[in-house]
Amino acid sequence: MKSNIQKIMLIVLFFNLTAYASPEEDLEIFRDHFKKRFPNTEFSDYKNGVYSIDSSSREQWESIEDFPPYELNIEQGEELFNTPFKNGNSYASCFENGGIGIRSNYPYFDEEKEQVVTLEQDINECRKKNGEKPLSYYKGGPMADISAYMAYTSRGNIINVEIPNNDKAIDAYEMGRKLYFTKVGQLNFSCADCHVYQTGSKLRADIPSPGIGHPTHFPAYRSSAGRLVTLHERFAGCLNRVRAKPFKAQNAEYRNLEYFMTFMSNGLEINGPGSRK
Amino acid sequence: MNIFNTTLTVLFIALCFGNFAIASDIEEGKKLAFDRKKGNCLACHMIDDGELAGNNGPPLIAMKARFPDKDVLFEQIWDPTKMNPNSFMPPFGKHGVITKNEINKIIEYLYTL
Ligand code: HEC
Ligand code: HEC
Repeated sequence: MKSNIQKIMLIVLFFNLTAYASPEEDLEIFRDHFKKRFPNTEFSDYKNGVYSIDSSSREQWESIEDFPPYELNIEQGEELFNTPFKNGNSYASCFENGGIGIRSNYPYFDEEKEQVVTLEQDINECRKKNGEKPLSYYKGGPMADISAYMAYTSRGNIINVEIPNNDKAIDAYEMGRKLYFTKVGQLNFSCADCHVYQTGSKLRADIPSPGIGHPTHFPAYRSSAGRLVTLHERFAGCLNRVRAKPFKAQNAEYRNLEYFMTFMSNGLEINGPGSRK
Repeated sequence: MNIFNTTLTVLFIALCFGNFAIASDIEEGKKLAFDRKKGNCLACHMIDDGELAGNNGPPLIAMKARFPDKDVLFEQIWDPTKMNPNSFMPPFGKHGVITKNEINKIIEYLYTL
């Protein structure tokens, strides 16, 4: 009972303190929460998702990572990335540093478009600019492969999402945060219910991972799906599970959510693509 | 004597039938509680011989002793957010996950724990 009362107090604190708090203050509260909840987990280890807190599944996962199931995807992604478009240009021409080691710059707030922009969107933006059709955001395929390759070239880079002092940027962040903490669906869960308050507890055989370090390792190869799954597909998976209607990949709700979640993961290394159950 | 016998038979049958109904309610209640598409109570509660139980809710034991008032138990399953607005437990009845009838059967089952 005591722990329930503590939980309620924490939730109330979260909402009240952060109602007018800056993103930086949110970040501090968020990190503090996980530090208290998992005193034995090193901050840098949160990039490993549930394996940062569940030693019993970690060993199995580490042996999977010895022969990564996403290796072929990285190779295919590299080939696609380096294949010129019909007009002779390549993806490299669209990105900073030729597109190498830049996963950690995403998502960012584009002050001209007044929107959060993700890596997957910029990949399609690049195609459009060069007269190519956009790639599908669903079911793995070339988009996930290219994204996986670009994450791979960024391994070890530190996430440092900045929120410009711009009302629209702060609004986008706030909308992402609000979605994260709002109960939705027939089963009435928020993302935070599972990934903040009940992280580490058991839901049947599943343990929801800490809500810090999620975007570091996406896209992730899910053995249950037998393919790469993008971050937005994973959002949809969790929303389906709570019987809420998922949004379309890359729509504003998900991009804002990714903005909030990635800001909360500032300071962690990119280690994508990852592998998961 | 005949009337006595008939009454006895009727009573006996009624009793059997009543007990039978309750037994099947208990059985069904257990199924509803364990079914992932219905109560899925095992996701969060240790119950009876249920396998792979979750642990974020309290174990459901000694239910009759702890919840002598059925209405209190009903309310907790119908809409736990009444007692605790931030409850992690879904509002099963209020959100139409399971029906009133189904909750009552689950309660019959819980009372055997
Ligand atoms: C009912 C519980 C529950 C809710 C609500 C929930 N999740 Fe999850 N989520 C899980 C479980 C269990 C997993 C699989 C174990 C894990 O965390 O890796 C998971 C996995 C994930 C992952 C992949 C983690 C990884 O390391 O690969 C992401 C990302 C995620 N959830 C985001 C969200 C977001 C965003 C929301 C809200 C829109 C949400 N979840 C709501 C339970 C939940
Ligand atoms: C996703 C998690 C979850 C599910 C599913 C769930 N519960 Fe709960 N339950 C909880 C939590 C957490 C509590 C603690 C009180 C609160 O926060 O409401 C609780 C409390 C209870 C209580 C009060 C117990 C006590 O000792 O005070 C009862 C009774 C109960 N649940 C029955 C059920 C039944 C029956 C089902 C299935 C129809 C069910 N629960 C499904 C999480 C859950």
